[in-house]
Amino acid sequence: MNFSPGSILSASFLLLLFLVLSAPFLRAKQRLLIAIGFSITAVASLLAAFAGFWTLAGGVTYQLVLPLGLPDLPFHIRLDSLAGFFLVVIGLLAFFVSIYSIGYVKGFLGQRPVTSLVVFYALFIAGMLLVVLSDDAFLFLVSWEIMAASTYFLVLFEDERPENRRAAFLYLVVAHVGAIAILLSFGIMAGLATGFSGFEGYTFDAMRKTVLPSGWAAAAFLLAFFGFSAKAGVIPLHAWLPEAHPVAPSNVSALMSGVMLKTAIYGIVRVVFDIIGSFPWWWGSLVLVFGLLSAVIGILFAVMQQDLKKLLAYSSVKNIGIILISIGLAMIFSSYQLKPLAALALLAGLYHALNHAMYKGLLFMGAGAVIHATHERNMENLGGLIRFLPWTSVLFLIGCISISSLPPFNGFVSEWLTFQAFLLSPSLNTPILKLLIPLGAALLALSSALAAAAFVKAFGITFLGHRRGPDQGRVHEVNWPMRIGMTMAAISCLMLGVLPTYVIKWMDPIAEKLTGATIAHSASGFGWMWLTPIAHERASYSAPVAFAGILVVVIVTYVLLHTRPGAIRRAPLWDCGFEKITDRMQYTAASFSMPLRRIFGFLFAVHEEVKQAPPGRHPAFPESFTYQLRVRDRFWGWLYKPVIDASFWVSRMVGRLQQGRIQVYLIYSFVTIIVLLLFV
Amino acid sequence: MKIHPFLIEMVQIAVLLFAAPLFAGWVKMVKCWSQGRTAPSLFQPVRDIRKLLSKDVVLAENASWIFRFTPYLVFGVTVLAGGIIPIISTDLPLAATADVIALVALFAIARFFTALAGMDIGTAFGGMGSSREMTIASLAEPAMLMAIFAVSLASKSTSLSQMVLVVSQGYSILQPSLAFALLAFILIALAETGRVPVDNPATHLELTMIHEAMVLEYSGRHLALIEWAKMMKLFLFVVLGISAFFPWGIAVNDDLAGILAAPAYLVMKLGLAAVGLVLIETGLAKMRIFRVTEFLGSAFLFATLGMLSFFILE
Repeated sequence: MNFSPGSILSASFLLLLFLVLSAPFLRAKQRLLIAIGFSITAVASLLAAFAGFWTLAGGVTYQLVLPLGLPDLPFHIRLDSLAGFFLVVIGLLAFFVSIYSIGYVKGFLGQRPVTSLVVFYALFIAGMLLVVLSDDAFLFLVSWEIMAASTYFLVLFEDERPENRRAAFLYLVVAHVGAIAILLSFGIMAGLATGFSGFEGYTFDAMRKTVLPSGWAAAAFLLAFFGFSAKAGVIPLHAWLPEAHPVAPSNVSALMSGVMLKTAIYGIVRVVFDIIGSFPWWWGSLVLVFGLLSAVIGILFAVMQQDLKKLLAYSSVKNIGIILISIGLAMIFSSYQLKPLAALALLAGLYHALNHAMYKGLLFMGAGAVIHATHERNMENLGGLIRFLPWTSVLFLIGCISISSLPPFNGFVSEWLTFQAFLLSPSLNTPILKLLIPLGAALLALSSALAAAAFVKAFGITFLGHRRGPDQGRVHEVNWPMRIGMTMAAISCLMLGVLPTYVIKWMDPIAEKLTGATIAHSASGFGWMWLTPIAHERASYSAPVAFAGILVVVIVTYVLLHTRPGAIRRAPLWDCGFEKITDRMQYTAASFSMPLRRIFGFLFAVHEEVKQAPPGRHPAFPESFTYQLRVRDRFWGWLYKPVIDASFWVSRMVGRLQQGRIQVYLIYSFVTIIVLLLFV
Repeated sequence: MKIHPFLIEMVQIAVLLFAAPLFAGWVKMVKCWSQGRTAPSLFQPVRDIRKLLSKDVVLAENASWIFRFTPYLVFGVTVLAGGIIPIISTDLPLAATADVIALVALFAIARFFTALAGMDIGTAFGGMGSSREMTIASLAEPAMLMAIFAVSLASKSTSLSQMVLVVSQGYSILQPSLAFALLAFILIALAETGRVPVDNPATHLELTMIHEAMVLEYSGRHLALIEWAKMMKLFLFVVLGISAFFPWGIAVNDDLAGILAAPAYLVMKLGLAAVGLVLIETGLAKMRIFRVTEFLGSAFLFATLGMLSFFILE
C-alpha cells in the first residue's frame, strides 16, 4: 500500500468503523472499553489531522469515486487544500479531546453504561471528517446527517434530565430545518447544472462548471447560508446552541463547540468561494451583518450567564460571528476583484476558526474538569478552585486569555488580522461600504472587549475568591489523561499565537485557490518573527518579540526586587472592623455582570425579582432576601414562538382530517382519484 | 552623527521609567496650585515608590499566585508598551513589534490580570472594582480603536512610527477628522487612566472608586509596581496623544541633534498636557458610574464623526 494522505485517511476511517462495530462486544468491560475506544479515536483523529496537514503542505488534490451509494449515484471524495485545513482543525482537536476523554468518561463509570457514548462519539468524528471530504451533494448530506444524528444521541446521553431531552429535541429540529435548506440549495445548483433533466449534476464538480443565472445563484446562496447558519448558531438561529452544548458530556461539548460549528463555516466557504465562485457584493454584506450581530449579541449573552458551560456556548456564537465577519469581508473584497485583500480576510477567518477550535476545546475541557471535580456547573456555587485544581486553573486561564484575544496567545493574531482587513476597506470604491465597514470594526472591538469581561468573570468567579456555594467535601485535581489533553490544547494555543507567520504560510494555498492571491510573501517578508500582512509600513506585529519582551521585563523586575530578602507576611483579610467576612459577601456572577446588564439590558428580556421574608416586615429590617434573575432571549419570543405556534396550529388543522372513520377516508381516496383524473 | 537605534530604545525606556513619576508629581503640583493648596514636591511620587519598594509585603491568607504575579506582569507589559510608542524618536527597534491595535491589547492584558487580582482575595471591594473596570473598558476600547482608526485612515497605517511620520510631515491638526479623533481620544484617555470624571485617583474610601478598589489589598513592593505602572500608563497615554496628534519635535531620523532636541519638546508638551488635564479634573465633578456610558458614548460618536468627515471632506 502506498503511503499518501488518502491511504492515511482510509486507515483513520477503518479504525473508526472498527471501533463502532466492535464497541458493543466490549459492553461488559466498561473500563477497558473507555481506554481502548478513546485511544482508537485519538489515533484515528491524529491520522486525519496528519493527512490534512500533508495535503495542505504538499498543495495536492486527491479525488476518488467510491463504489458506494445508490445505483448510478456513487459517492465522490475530494481532498483539497480547504478540506485538508478543516481535517487538521477537526483531527487536532478530536485528538486532544479523545485523550481527555480517556480520563473524563471514567466519571460515568458506575452511573450509566458508556457504550453508546463511545459509539456515537466515534460516529460523530467520522461524520465530521466525511462532511469535509465529500465532493457531491449526496455524500455531503448523508455525512451531515450522520453528524447531526450522532450528536443528537450524545446530547441525549444523560437522558433522565428533562432539560437534556428538550435541548436534544430543539437541536434536532433546527438541524433538520437547516439541512432542508442546504438540500434545496444543492437542488437548485444540481438542477441548473443539468437543466433539470438528469441526476448527474449532484457532484460538486458539475456544479462548479455551471454558471448560475444571478437570481438562481442568489436563491442557492441564501438557502445555503440559512442552512449553514442554523448549524453554526448564527443569531437569530442560535437558540438551540446554548441549550444543547452545555447539557452534553463536556468532551462532546468541546467537539461540538470547537469543531462541529466549523463544518458549517466550511460549508459556507465551500459553497460560496468554490462552487458558486462569483457573486455580487451584497452577499458579503449580508454575511458581514449577521457576523457582527452574532459577535455582539452572542458575547453580551455570554456575559449575562451564570452557568459556566452556557457562558462558553454563547461565546461560541460570538466567535462564529467573528469568523463570518472575516468571510463576509473576503466576499466583499472578492466581488470587487481586490484579490490580495480577499485573501487576507479569508485567511483571517480560517485562522480564527482554527484558533477557536483550540481554545474553545480547551475551555470546555476545563469546564468539564471543574464539573468532574465539583459536580457543579453553576458559577454562583463555585469559587476558590485555584487552590484545589492548580493544573486545571492554569490551563483554563490560558484558554481565557486566548479567547479574550490578548497577545501573545492565538486569539489575538486572528482578530488583529481581521482588524487589518477592516482597515483596508477604504480601497473599495463604493462610498456607502467605505463608510459603513469601519463601523463594523468598532462593533468587533466592542465584542472583543466584552469577551474580556466575560472571561474575567468566568475565571474570576469559578477559580478565585472563596467557594460561594455549599462545600461538598474535598475537591481533587483531575486525572492525568484529562490534564494531558488540556495541556496539549493550551500549548497549541500558545504556538498558534507566537508563530503566526508559519501558520499563514502553511494556509496560503487555500487563499490562492479560493481568491487567486497569496499573502504569505508579504506577510512574512521580514522573516518569521514579524507578521506584516500587507506591507511593513502599514502594520506589523511580532508575537515572539512581544512574548519575549514581557517575559524578560517580568523576570528582570522579579529578580531585581528579590535581591533583598523581603519578608512576605500572610495575614487574615482586613474586614473593616466588622466581626466576620463571610463567603457570601463576595461578588457573584450575577453582580459582576450587573453594570453591563444595566447598560445593554434593553437588548434582553431581563426579569429581576427581590423577595423579602417575612413579607410583611418593614423593608429596613428584613430577615432574609431572595433574589431572582432571569435573562431571556428576545429572539425566542420574536422568531421561534410564532413559528412554533404556527406549526402547532397547522398540525391541529391537518389533524381535523383524521376522523377515525373508514367512510371518510374512502371519500378522501375517491376525491383524490377524481382530481388526479381531471388534471393529469 | 548617527545613534544606534538600540541605544535610543534604552534611553527611551529609561525616560519612561523616571519621567512617569515626575509627570505624576507635576500633575499633582499643578492640581494643588489650581486649588489653592500647598503642593508636595515634584519628587514625592518617586519617594513613595522607593519607600514602598523597601517595605515588607502583607498578603491575604488566601491570595493565590495570580495575586502575586499580577504586579510584575502589569509592570512588564507597561514597560514594553513604552518601548513601542515613539516618545523621543520614531526609529525604535521595538516599534515594529506592535501597532496601535496590539498596543491597546497590551494594555488590555494588564487590565485583565488586575481585574483577576481584584477578585482573587474574595472581598466585595475587589470584585466591585473588577466588575466596573471591565465594564468601562468594554465601552472605552471600541471608542479608542475608532479614534485610532480615524488617524490611521489619514496615515494609511496602524503602525505608530508611520503615523508620527505622516502627521508630522504636514498633516494638520486642523483637519476635521483629526480634530474629532483628538476630542474622542481625550475623553477615552481620561477613562482609561482613571482620571476624574470617570474615576478618582485620589480617593481610597469612596464607593465610587474603580481602579483603587481592585488594588486595595496590595502592599509593599507589589503596590510599588502597581503604582509605578499606573503612573507610566498615564504618561504613555499622554505621550500617545502627543505622538498621534502633535508629533512635532519627535526625532524622525537618528541624528544626534534631533535626539537631543526631542526631550526638550517633550518636556514642554508634557507640561502643557498636565495643565490641560488639571483644568479638566478641577473643572468637572466625578460622574456616577452609569453616566460613564454617555461619556464614552460621546467619545465613540466623536471618533465616528472623525471617520465620516475623513471620507466626506478629505
